[in-house]
Parts: sequence; C-alpha cells; structure tokens
Amino acid sequence: MTARAWAGTWFLAAAGVAVVGAVELAWPGTAARLTRGLVSTDLLIRAGLFTVVLVGLNLLMGYAGQASLGQAAFYGLGAFASAIFTVRAQALGIPASVAGAWWWPWLVMLLAAVAVGAFALAVGWVILRLRGHYLAMATLGLGIIVYIVLRENLGMPHLNLTGGFDGIVGVPRLRVGGAELWPVQVYYFVVWAAALASMALGLNVVHSPAGRALRALHGSELAAESVGVDVGRLKAQIFALSAALASVAGSLYAHFQAAVVPDTFGFVPSLELVVMSAVGGMSSIWGAPLGALAVLLLEQLLRTHVLGLVPAVSGELEPVVFGLVLVVIMMFWPAGLVSSRRVQGTAWASR
Amino acid sequence: MAEPATTELPARTVPGPRGPAPGAFAARRPSSRVVLGTASAVLLLVFWALGRRLGYGLSEYLQLLVDGTVTGSVYALVAVGFVVVYRVTGVINFAQGAFVMLGPMLAITFFRALGGSGGLALAAAAAAAVLATALVATAVHRLTLHPARAASALTRIIITVGVYIALQGLALRVWGPRPYVMPAFSTLHMADRFLEVGGVTLQAQSLWVWGLGLLTVVGLVVFFEHTLVGKAMRACAVNRTAARLMGIRVDRMATLAFALAGVLGAVGGIVLAPSTRPTYDMGLDLGLKGFVAAIAGGLVSLPGAVAGGLVLGVLESLWAGVTVAGFKDLFAFVMLILLLLARPQGWLEGGHE
Amino acid sequence: MSQDSLLRVERVTKAFDGLVALSEVSLEVRPGQIKGLIGPNGAGKTTLFNLIACCLAPTAGDIVFCGRSLVGLPPHRAAELGIARTFQNVQVFPGMTVLEHVLVGLHRQAQAGLVACALQTVRLRRTERRLREEAEALLDRLGLLPWAEVPVETLPFGLLRRVELARALAVRPKLLLLDEPGSGLNPTEKQAMSQLVRGLRDEGITVFLVEHDMTMVMGLADEVAVLDHGALLCEGPPHLVQRDPRVVAAYLGEGDDA
Repeated sequence: MTARAWAGTWFLAAAGVAVVGAVELAWPGTAARLTRGLVSTDLLIRAGLFTVVLVGLNLLMGYAGQASLGQAAFYGLGAFASAIFTVRAQALGIPASVAGAWWWPWLVMLLAAVAVGAFALAVGWVILRLRGHYLAMATLGLGIIVYIVLRENLGMPHLNLTGGFDGIVGVPRLRVGGAELWPVQVYYFVVWAAALASMALGLNVVHSPAGRALRALHGSELAAESVGVDVGRLKAQIFALSAALASVAGSLYAHFQAAVVPDTFGFVPSLELVVMSAVGGMSSIWGAPLGALAVLLLEQLLRTHVLGLVPAVSGELEPVVFGLVLVVIMMFWPAGLVSSRRVQGTAWASR
Repeated sequence: MAEPATTELPARTVPGPRGPAPGAFAARRPSSRVVLGTASAVLLLVFWALGRRLGYGLSEYLQLLVDGTVTGSVYALVAVGFVVVYRVTGVINFAQGAFVMLGPMLAITFFRALGGSGGLALAAAAAAAVLATALVATAVHRLTLHPARAASALTRIIITVGVYIALQGLALRVWGPRPYVMPAFSTLHMADRFLEVGGVTLQAQSLWVWGLGLLTVVGLVVFFEHTLVGKAMRACAVNRTAARLMGIRVDRMATLAFALAGVLGAVGGIVLAPSTRPTYDMGLDLGLKGFVAAIAGGLVSLPGAVAGGLVLGVLESLWAGVTVAGFKDLFAFVMLILLLLARPQGWLEGGHE
Repeated sequence: MSQDSLLRVERVTKAFDGLVALSEVSLEVRPGQIKGLIGPNGAGKTTLFNLIACCLAPTAGDIVFCGRSLVGLPPHRAAELGIARTFQNVQVFPGMTVLEHVLVGLHRQAQAGLVACALQTVRLRRTERRLREEAEALLDRLGLLPWAEVPVETLPFGLLRRVELARALAVRPKLLLLDEPGSGLNPTEKQAMSQLVRGLRDEGITVFLVEHDMTMVMGLADEVAVLDHGALLCEGPPHLVQRDPRVVAAYLGEGDDA
C-alpha cells in the first residue's frame, strides 16, 4: 500500500459530508424535505456517532477477528463520564472556574477516552485469550456488568453519581471559546469531524504494519506469533483503541442528547452495534458509516413510511420488521454492504 | 466449506493440547478445580459476611437456598435447551429466550380461550402452548438457520438475535407491555398455597416447578438414551459427517433440536409464570441466565447444564439475599466471565478465526 | 556439550496430561549445519519443534539458544531471538497476498507501535517503503515475485511451502525450523526445496528440519537425529544413522511412510 491510497475516497467522503452540512446549515430541514422526512440532521448526527464506534468495532471484529458483544458499555462509560463530570462537577468538588470553562468538557472527553482505553486494555489483556463464542460471551457479560453498575449508581446510591435508572439530564452543549456549538446543524460538523477523523485513523491502522499483523493473527495466531507478532498485546491494544473510540462517541452523544440514561447502553444496544457492523461490512472501514446509515435509515423508514402507511398496524410492528430484515440481510448478504476484496476471505461472514 | 462448521474445521494448530493462551500467561495456570474451589470458598465467605450484617441465621440461608433451586430449575431447563441446539447445530440460539416467553404467554391466552377456569383447561392450555412453541421453534429453524447453515458462527448468532427481536416485537404487538397473570397450578387462582417445612416457607408452585422440571429432564434423558431418534441426535452431536454417512438426516435432527429447545423453554417459562408475572420481554433475562448456566455446565453437557442451572439459581438467590436488589443480576454475569476464564480447556470448537 | 552449539536441548521431557510425548531428550544444533530430525509418526518431532519455538513449555529440562534459556518465553520472543519456523500443515493468512505475508514476517523490523500506525508517522512511511523493497528482494530470491500481489488462497500447495519459507526468512533467523518442508511436494519441487535449503545454509542460516522423505533428508542433512517413542534413539552423520540397526528396527516396526 502506498501512503494513503485511501486518501482520495476519504476526501470525497469528507466533501460530501461538508456539502450536506452546509446545505442543512443554510436551509435547515432541506434533507428532510427532499427525502420526505426520512433523513434529518438528527439522524445524520446519530450515524456519525455510530461511525466512530463502528470504526473501532470493525478493526476489532472484522480485522483482528475478535468478537465484542459488549461494545455499548464503552460507549456508555464515555457518555456517563462526560455527563457526570460536567453536570455533577460541583458535587465532585471541581472548582467552578474549571468546570465552567469552555475547555472543561473537551478535557473530560479526552481523559474519559484515555481512562476507558486503559480499562479496556486491562480487561482485554485477560479476556482476549478467549476465542470464538467464548470471547463473544465474555464481552457480552462485561457489557451487561457495566450496564448494571451504571444503572445501580456505581453501587454508591448515596452519591447518586449516575442517577440510576433515570440517568443524568442537563448535560451542557459543547463550546469553543464563547461560541456554543449548537444548533444541531452546527453540531453535525463536530460529530462528522470526529467520524471522519476516526475513519482516517482506522484506515491508517489498516494500511500499516499493525493492520497487517491484525489480519495475520485473524488468519493464524500461531503463524503470526512465529514471526514475532505479540498477539496478546496487539489484541489488547486494538480492544483498547476500539473502547477509546466508543468512549469519545459516547461523550459526543451526551453533549448532543443533553441527557443520558443507562438503557441506551445495555445489552440490546451492543447487539445493534454488531448488527450495524455486519450490515455495513465489518472487514472494511467504509462499512462503518455505511452500516450506521443503512440501519438508521431502515429504522426510520419503518417508523415513518412503511408502517405509517398501514393505519391498522401502528409503529409497534417496527421491531418485528427490523428483526426480520436483519435475519434476511444476514441470510442473503452475510458479508455486508462493502467488504474489501482482500479481507473478504478471512471475514467471519464469508466462512 | 459448505457444511455446518464445527466438525470439519481444518486442523489449524499443532498436535497436542496447545494451551489456549499463547505467550507468557499460557502456562502456570492453576487447575480449574483449584480455581473453582477457591472461588466457592470466597463466595461462601462473602455470603456469610454480608448476611451477618443483616442478622441472617441458618433458616434465612435455608430459605434462600430453597428459593434458589426453584429459579435454578427454570435456568436449568433453559440451559438444556441451549445445549441441545448447540450440540446438534453448533449455534448459540439467542431466540431461546423468546421460547421461554412464548410458553406462558400462549398458555395464558389458550387458558382464557378455554374459559379461564378448571385444572383440565389449564393443563390443556399449557400443553397446547408447549406444542405451539415447539412449532414456532421448528419454523424458526426451517425458515432461517437451516437455509443459512453454511454461514459463519457469528452470522448465525446474529440471525438468532434477529429472530429474538422479531418474536419479542410480535409479543409486544399481540400482548402489549403489561404483565399477565398465570394461575397457580394447585389453587387455580392468583394466590398460591403456602407450605411450612422445617422453618422454610414454600409456595406450592415450587413443587410443580421441581416436579415438572424433573419430569421434563428425565423425559429428555429417556428420549436420548432409549429411542432411535434420540440416539441419532446424539450421533449428530458427536460427529456430523459420520452421522450423515450413517444415513442420518442431520438437518432434520437440527430441526428437532430446535423443537426440543422450544419445549424446554416453554415448560420453563410456564412453570415459573405463576410466581412471576410474565411480560413480553421476560425472555431476555431468563434467556441470558439460562445461557450462563449452560456455559457453567460446559455448553455441551446435559447434566452439566442442569447442575449449572441449579448452582446459578442457588448462588444468585443467596447473593440477592445479601446484597442490594439492583445488583442481583450482576452475579450471573460476573460468574460468566470468571467461569470462562477458569475453564481454559473449554474451547470446544475452533469457531471462526 | 560443545561450546559452539547454537541450540542445546537438555534432558527435555514433555508430558500432556500424564502422556509422555518426549522423555529426557538431549541434542544440539551447531551453527551453520543442516540438522535433520527423523522418526516414525508420533515420535515427538513436532512436539520438539513446538518446544523450541516456545509454543509449548517443557515439563522438565532446558532449551538453550545462543546461551539463553528459552523456557517460559512467549513464542513471539523466540522469533525476536532469531528462531523462525514453517509448519507441517501450512499456516498461511487467508486473504493476504504473498507480499503481505513477507511484510508480516518483517513485522519486527517495522518497530511500529499501534499509535504510530494510527497516525502514519513520516518515519513509519519511510520504513514501510524500505520494508517493501526488502520483501520484494526476498520474493525475487525465492522465485515468488510473479505472485507477489496474489492472495495466497489461490496458490498451489507447492508455492505455499515457499511462501511460508519466505515469511520465515523475513524474520532474519539464526535458526530456521522446517517442519516437513518436502511433504506435499512433487519430486521436482522437492529438489528445488533442497537446493534452496542448502543455499540458506551456505549463507550462514542454521537449519533444523523434520522430514519424512529419507532420500531428501539423507541428501540434505549434515547430521541426523532419530526420535522414537519420545526418546532420542541415535544421532550422527546420515550414512551411519541409516545403517544403525535400532533405526532400521524402529522404521520396520512401523513401516516407512516416506
């Protein structure tokens, strides 16, 4: 791979993102009008947030071949860290001059990512020696444990840090200097800058010695070790990277939604992430934005269009159709929307 | 490879049991027996210490223990359902939770249709619900996993997740979000009879749970040990290719495994229903717990799954008794991870890597 | 034990759950030699290789490479110390090209952490160019250059053995462990492989190989060790070992499966 062979496509994608953002900024609601309510800035922001998570998940699952059914936990840890340290700053004894500064939420976001990455590194070191189904189930357990701990106020109800079932409301908007990065049309740029940056990061990893080593250990850990790849360490590192990315996405989510509740980060959301990854094609970084967009559009389509047309069935059928569509996609299109030719052979999906 | 994956994986590693963990942490691991022994001792100590704080005596512990075997019996049934499907098809069937929910929901519906009174009607409704759930499970296999049998393990797991989401969604549509009431088997109305045995209070329903649970498992064992079809299924579990060469219709056995999983799930859900309040989403929790129990038993062993279910039920009950309510569910999943790590020899299939 | 050994296996025993695969095996490999390891199926040859490559840890005994004990090291450390290997049942990375296999072999030289890779530092890109040139040179030498950009799963078996060899050589090993390099090859390919191995020896790479084909191993090795039922039967120059009655008995007992 010559240096940044992907750069052309990436710039094209970035330009597309910028154009859509600019149009929405100048004439808010254009996307919704053009697509009859299907696409909105809100949906695009969600897609961007999931893209950040999925880049990490694809590196972990599609390239390194290590399953994670608990990725939403890291997403949640990032979200709650940002919410707790901005909303509850006073209770935590952080001086108002610091907690009120515009750079504070950004610093929290960064430190949360580092901390969540370190947590994943430690956990990954232990559980990534499990393989196949067993790793999948251990990460599933990990995800549920984190969810319960968040839901149960970290086991310290008297402090009420996470707010229990109800979560935390009133997370402030992000600012730069005195300027608030809001309304949504502005925040769109923040989220997609992060999404594009994470994609660049992911593409860099893929087209590097580390990326080759990841694909190698996916193919044969034994052979990868025989040429000096420290398999245990690399797996833990990529797990940590994916967790840190999820944490950043979670922080951005908290500042977008202004409220966080534990249920957003439970078992089912973790599965939804895997679904997005699989639909987009987990053996490609480009599968991340495509998978996120495809699944969100599908959900939106079901919600507003297909089921709305039949008055007798209300939106309640949405999960049924979603589940069925998921089954059909996995049955007939198991490699996802995009899968790079080279990794295709090793992708789980094509086995 | 066009075949379902587990038996025909290419030989990928060196001969001899290479430790699962390459690298520094591979060797020098204490045996799993030592780990489990130490863990149980630590757990009992924790239970004792936390219980002392609450002033628990022997009778309190005994009560928790007995309660635990009731839930544990249901976990065991669900776990056996996981094991039967996993052994024959190599799939971890997340839709199992949906079968657990369908059992009681259908039973209640049928019971109402039959007039909503009378022991005979309840028995008929329950039997019909079990049968219907088995049919649903059969359809699930025929329509989704059978056509996708050549797909990777992850793809097939996601398919079962999709099935679960769809079935739960369907349940929400049909029954709505509210909890339902299933009459206790002995009184035939909401309030159950209570028995006092040696300082332990027991719902009459608990006897039904134990009895029907035991009956189901014994029936299953008889089926596997003494019928031709049962033996054929066991042959598939041991070696699918050899079974096929012997003229066994492996795909039919897989469908039958799903049907059995449907029966087990439905029975588990139905016997538990009078003492809980069944809802459309009850399958998630019971499904996951049953899965943990199956893992605890090694995922391929029927006695292991039964023991795993009972142990999980008892330990969880003890844990729930001594800790804050919200942390009740934590136990199963911490146990899940510890069990996986303590059983390094547990890679029963090379999976997808 | 002579002073100048590259690898010394000292009274190594390996048991799997009480089943003894190797018992009290001692042997050494001197620098610059091609040493053969033969023995009937199940004699423990591959087990010994796995012990040397640190994929297994011995139950008892010591393995010393360049004066340093290998016991307890993880396998990637063995590679770093200069032990490279090929596998009896070829272990390639599906989906990756021949060139990429060699580049993975050069992994250690890239000296690139995950952070540097994620940021694609200038230094990394420069290293990458250099590694690519080196990999291409290596492929050229093994006659694999025409297939450089071809995914391995499309290659015939004979070439896969060479791809494995190229990947192992990329580690720049002092000691090369070849596990049945001739198995699955036709006579012409076997000859080419022997030629190649001799060339490597002449360049100063020490070779330790397990081989079932007696013609190949006897023509190739400077010295041969014979394992039978987990124990060292005898050791010496090929022509002497061939005539050793114990070796003949061991092979007759089982039948030559060369």
